[in-house]
Amino acid sequence: MLLIPCPWCGPRPEAEFHHAGQAHLTRPAQATDEAWAAYLYLRNNPKGPHAERWRHLHGCGRFFNCRRDTVTDRISGTSAPGAEAV
Amino acid sequence: MTQSYRLPSGAPPPEVRFVFDGREMKGRAGDTLAAALLANGVGVVGRSFKYHRPRGVMAAGVEEPNALVTVVRGGGRETPNLRATVVEIYEGLVAWSQNAWPSVGFDVGAMAGWLAPVLGAGFYYKTFKWPVSFWKRVYEPLIRAAAGLGRAPVSADPDRYARRYAHCDVLVIGGGPAGLAAAKAADGRVILCDEQAELGGSLLSRAETTIDGVPARNWVARGLDARVTALTRTTAFGWYPDGMVGLVERVTDHLPSPDPGLPRERLLLVRAKRVVIAAGAIERPLVFPGNDRPGIMLAGAAEIFLARYGVTPGRRAVVATSHDRAWHTAFSLAKAGVAVAAILDTRAEVGPDLRALARDAGIPVWTGTRIVGTGGRNRVRFVETLGAPPVIPCDTVLMSGGWTPSVHLFSQSRGRLRYDADSGVYLPDRSAAAETSVGACAGEFDLAACLAAGHRAGGGEARAFAVEHEPAFGAASPPEPAAPHPLAFVDFQNDVTTKDLAIATGEGFRSIEHIKRYTTTGMATDQGKTSNLNALVSAAAAIGRAVPDVGLTTFRPPYSPVTFGAFAGAARGELFDPVRRTPIDDRDAVFEDVGTWKRAWYFPREGETMHAAVARECRAVRTDVGLFDASTLGKIEVVGPDAAAFLNLLYTGDFESLAVGRCKYAVLLGEDGFVRDDGVIARLSKTRFHVTTTTGGAAFVLNHMEDYLQTEFPALRVWLTSTTEHWAVIGVQGPRAAEVLGPYLENIDLTALPHMSVAEGLFASIPARLFRVSFTGELGFELNVPARFGRAAWGLLRESGATRYGTEAMHVLRAEKGYFVVGQETDGTVTPDDLGLSWTIARRKPDFVGKRSLARPDMRRPDRWQLVGLLSDQVLEEGARVTATDGTSLGHVTSAYRSETQGHPIALALVAGGRSRIGGAVEIPMPNGKIAAQVVPPVSYDPKGERLTAPIATPPPRVSVRLTETPVAVPFTAPCAGVSLSLAPETSRFNIRTSVPLAPPLRAAVHGAHDIFWLGPDEYLAMGDGPPDIVADSIVDVSHRTAAIRLEGAKAAWCINAFCPLDLDDLPPGACTRTVFEKTEIVLWRLSDTIFHIEAARSLVPYVWALLEDARREFLPPPPAC
Repeated sequence: MLLIPCPWCGPRPEAEFHHAGQAHLTRPAQATDEAWAAYLYLRNNPKGPHAERWRHLHGCGRFFNCRRDTVTDRISGTSAPGAEAV
Repeated sequence: MTQSYRLPSGAPPPEVRFVFDGREMKGRAGDTLAAALLANGVGVVGRSFKYHRPRGVMAAGVEEPNALVTVVRGGGRETPNLRATVVEIYEGLVAWSQNAWPSVGFDVGAMAGWLAPVLGAGFYYKTFKWPVSFWKRVYEPLIRAAAGLGRAPVSADPDRYARRYAHCDVLVIGGGPAGLAAAKAADGRVILCDEQAELGGSLLSRAETTIDGVPARNWVARGLDARVTALTRTTAFGWYPDGMVGLVERVTDHLPSPDPGLPRERLLLVRAKRVVIAAGAIERPLVFPGNDRPGIMLAGAAEIFLARYGVTPGRRAVVATSHDRAWHTAFSLAKAGVAVAAILDTRAEVGPDLRALARDAGIPVWTGTRIVGTGGRNRVRFVETLGAPPVIPCDTVLMSGGWTPSVHLFSQSRGRLRYDADSGVYLPDRSAAAETSVGACAGEFDLAACLAAGHRAGGGEARAFAVEHEPAFGAASPPEPAAPHPLAFVDFQNDVTTKDLAIATGEGFRSIEHIKRYTTTGMATDQGKTSNLNALVSAAAAIGRAVPDVGLTTFRPPYSPVTFGAFAGAARGELFDPVRRTPIDDRDAVFEDVGTWKRAWYFPREGETMHAAVARECRAVRTDVGLFDASTLGKIEVVGPDAAAFLNLLYTGDFESLAVGRCKYAVLLGEDGFVRDDGVIARLSKTRFHVTTTTGGAAFVLNHMEDYLQTEFPALRVWLTSTTEHWAVIGVQGPRAAEVLGPYLENIDLTALPHMSVAEGLFASIPARLFRVSFTGELGFELNVPARFGRAAWGLLRESGATRYGTEAMHVLRAEKGYFVVGQETDGTVTPDDLGLSWTIARRKPDFVGKRSLARPDMRRPDRWQLVGLLSDQVLEEGARVTATDGTSLGHVTSAYRSETQGHPIALALVAGGRSRIGGAVEIPMPNGKIAAQVVPPVSYDPKGERLTAPIATPPPRVSVRLTETPVAVPFTAPCAGVSLSLAPETSRFNIRTSVPLAPPLRAAVHGAHDIFWLGPDEYLAMGDGPPDIVADSIVDVSHRTAAIRLEGAKAAWCINAFCPLDLDDLPPGACTRTVFEKTEIVLWRLSDTIFHIEAARSLVPYVWALLEDARREFLPPPPAC
């Protein structure tokens, strides 16, 4: 069980969190069909550092951004949405 | 039988009687079953997996591959495949050998041994191929009957198992010298675990060794103070991310009559800041023809049996070794009076000291020699050698091929291993976690060095330990490849020989991962603890590659088998999942599971079938009035100046234009344009909406809304509060609905309440929200009263003679109206237009979630599957395929019922281009033929909706009555010294959203007469009498949403940690937080060291209560004796 550092509550057990997919996607105001399909369906699947979103669902309820290495599971940082990306 | 292999001793431990294979025997307290069997001269303990060869005890610990037994305790307690070297005997223990018939001494299955020449690696793959029809009927039963070890018990496991979370600064795995030194040196909270019954590891078999002048056995406990939680019989079986290590403690298996309050096993999920792995090493067998005969044992095991249990493995031993350490075993045996016929060392050169000691002990020595065969039925009688006398008679062979460090946990922690060419083993190299490997598992075998390394790893200053009277361990001896031979066993438990390895490499397998799977080496229940390296070395030699080039198989958890019970813990039977019951919970119903809810399915009268009951319930709604418990519907209160703007972005409809007091049907899409949920949204004021969701969608919708609110539209000033459990909801549906409700309403004028509107007022003197909405097609209302009044409201409405109806009738009624159900008509690929819901879309809105996707060409194709009705002369099967008359697949049936109102079957279906096919014919192919159907519009009843909008007649006279509250029901529990449970008194609760800090993060605060809990950066819960005097962005009454359990006692934190993964030492008095509790969510408030307040959703209080009750069973006084 990962220990995830919530920006508001500090490190907490993974069971309190909900994974919320890739971070830093921009919802396009205008988009071609192709660009919109890419926004909907195309995601990175990196081996290594990955920017993703989590929600401290069973805690403070906040969504936040998190940088996790998909190989080692090591989390190098978390940040509130809108704050400088980690 | 007598313990003829037991050495005399001054003050022997008490005798213990036990039964093996039906024979009563005596052992000594503290014996393992293996030690006791050896003491009684039992040579054959089991039969091997494949060839049914007789097998005896080979090891003294968890690595034992051969001596597997079934222990039977009665009452359904039967555990197969236990290692006799781990099972502790107790008075009355009953154990059976396995995989033999009629007995281990004479086993019919041993005929398989004669077939050994054809049963080699890949035999199954090559033989049982044709005919295909034989696979399931002939081959599989045949193979299953012939193979296998113990039999799985057939009855349910009657024992209780526990699981808990634990936290520490240092976890030390292994209670041998290195681990003990680490635990003693460590600061803070220390957990030390060892899989054996007592701490000490190798020190337990060192009678003469001293450490710092103290006899080794006495040194073990010295300096282990209260900081250290020492857990024996506790195996660290797996490493999980961020320093979480799984331990399993065998609590009662060694006790003759365990305290019924104790769990049989306890799973501990330990989160450690630092881990010291001192897991030791496992001795390797030598690989020679006939190396599996009973009486052939690892030399180190013989030393343990001798030193710890006073048991000699035989009377005339041959010691075969490639390592110095076994020489000392030979000397110990000789000293104990066992004849040592020979020491056979594979090495050409051996140190002169050893030779001198052997000469003094009178033991003949041959070096540069090896065993080429053994003989003896059911026990070894002689060995054949090359380089020594061709035949040496003996009754035991003690072998040692060197030691393999136990790097399992290190490897699971994702540490990198390196192959050490000098010692021929893999060693920990680079750590990937907060971990230090010390002692034998790190390749260090010198006792003083192990102690020093352990001490340092524990956190102590570098120091030396004075070790005396400890024989030198000797240089490492890399494992040697062995020539292919059908009886030279590598993996004893799976009967894999060097010949099998040669077959695999000969057939072209090159990677050890493939060789392992083809030969099954290392794949038995022992996971190759004694065999993996030997297999690797032989395979590498056969391929002609260096050992590290062949690869290394992965070390996966568990290190040794863990019972399912331990993993399940309390999560069995009633406690497997939460069971949520509504505040109404009318037990006259037959219930169905909807998610974790129990929903009333139908209300049968005495002797009534389901079909008859549903028909009666439907009739009542259509012609009279029905009552429906709709409490499970999700409810979200959306509050704030931008509430309408937010709902406009989340739902397809226009809510800016929705008048106060009116409701609107609402469809929620995903960004992909597909329908995710639906419900009714009511506008209570300009800035306050009451949103309903489906039962199953409640959590999803709130999460979905929060996601957009927090991350996509954060500028909007709107706040969301779940009120699902605050309200009990009663559907009152049917022509007589107004007449039934009217008498109890105050401040609500029913005649002024049009279809799709909402009013707040009093129902039977209690504040209520009344919606005029319908999911039946009849005049209908949904009455919302605070949850604790739900049952009384239900009872009051029943007095009118209204008929209760359940979810089945609800489904029939809505299907007659063509109303779709999320998850039944939709599957994540259905658009609003597919469902005929284009009218719900406010096209003028510039944006809403899913809008852009609806404009994609694929979403507008005319041949999309569209919702239609199907008319047929029999009830169709939900999920059945729908085809054109030429057999072309068109879609599937989504709902099918017998319509009581219309007297014929009805169905809804998703059909390609369905709306253009209305009036046409389709077919539903079924196993016994096709069913013809006609495509019709989905609405089959009151298509114009005239019944919904029927005007309401004069209000009936008012009746003055006041509802009573029904509190959450929990079973009575006895108080106890360790921890007591009670329900906290009911109080008002308000969810408050404000950016003004009302309490510090993760803390509770007092505000006037209210306790304020911090729940999130702008979210608080105020508890106290009535509403708090606070100005905030959003205040929502949630008084009935939760109830609270108070937990008090010295063991309160302990009980909470059975289900909550938080480190409660980080939660000082005054702290509060939302967190998880087994499979649900709680708010945990610590009032003092020993008092906790647990706030749980109303429907989940019984679940949380029952779990706590389970956890504290260990502290309850034993039940009075009969």
